Amino acid sequence: MKIGVVTFPGSNCEGDAVRAGTVLGHDVVRLWHKDTALPAGLDVIILPGGFSYGDYLRTGAIARFSPVMAEVIRFANGGGYVMGICNGFQILTEAGLLPGALIRNANLSFVCKDVFLRVELPTAFTRAYAQGSVVRIPVAHGEGRFIASADVLARIEDNGQVVFRYVEADGTTSDSANPNGSVNHIAGIVNEAGNVMGMMPHPERYVEATLGCADGCGVFESLAMSLEAIAS
Amino acid sequence: MKTYTAHITVTLRRAILDVQGKTVEHALHSLHMPQLTNIRIGKYVEMSVQAPDAETAMELADEACSKLLANPVMEDYAIRIEEHEGAAA
Repeated sequence: MKIGVVTFPGSNCEGDAVRAGTVLGHDVVRLWHKDTALPAGLDVIILPGGFSYGDYLRTGAIARFSPVMAEVIRFANGGGYVMGICNGFQILTEAGLLPGALIRNANLSFVCKDVFLRVELPTAFTRAYAQGSVVRIPVAHGEGRFIASADVLARIEDNGQVVFRYVEADGTTSDSANPNGSVNHIAGIVNEAGNVMGMMPHPERYVEATLGCADGCGVFESLAMSLEAIAS
Repeated sequence: MKTYTAHITVTLRRAILDVQGKTVEHALHSLHMPQLTNIRIGKYVEMSVQAPDAETAMELADEACSKLLANPVMEDYAIRIEEHEGAAA
């Protein structure tokens, strides 16, 4: 598949995303925040982690108005797969492509460690994982506490839009396994259409066993499977 | 056209736990000031606004808040408009 990875001023995980896609055998192109057109034949756009625009005002608030975001929104509204990782997730909520918001971690600390995630209902981004399986993926953020109003949260849950939850190694939720205080232990969600996903943990950092863990591969595999299913 | 100053405060919505405010509250209580409670920490934005009248200045500042300065999912904002000091009569 052909993946576009956007670089905003202050992105710092775009290299990891490019490398992950490349290592897994995909065609990866770099996109620039000032781009006003997307290359032909893109299957997936990744908004990577980092501190776009220095996190000024709010995380993702300025990046959301970058020229390339108009194209990303058009791509998403046309059914293209868009994945926001960490700061990318924050940008997607600011852009209104995903519901809710991400605010300062409940313990006020920047958290940088491996966490366990439970794969919830199968989606285009997670179909390669067994439902309910537990994966180990690193987080690195200061503002990852997912919140939403009660009615929006109910809709997200009822629609099965929760993709990943923070859990213990045995798959059970607990406050101690929740690194940032996210409501309902939510680590990642999809939009109602199922083609836009945001998650705070970094699957792109764990795609090679030699680097410690390859549990993140499933996200890329899932997207490739989803594209194949559409094509056939 | 007149020049106004917009004083804007942005705070987390009441329904959202302001952990920063809570932490500061605990610190103040440890400084023996238990009378100080419900501490909310937010942002202050100040800007000059060129507008024919205060009402228009308020509308412009409100648009800035709703489009960029505040995220309605998590934040409330308040605007105070004042005519710029030293503005030409």
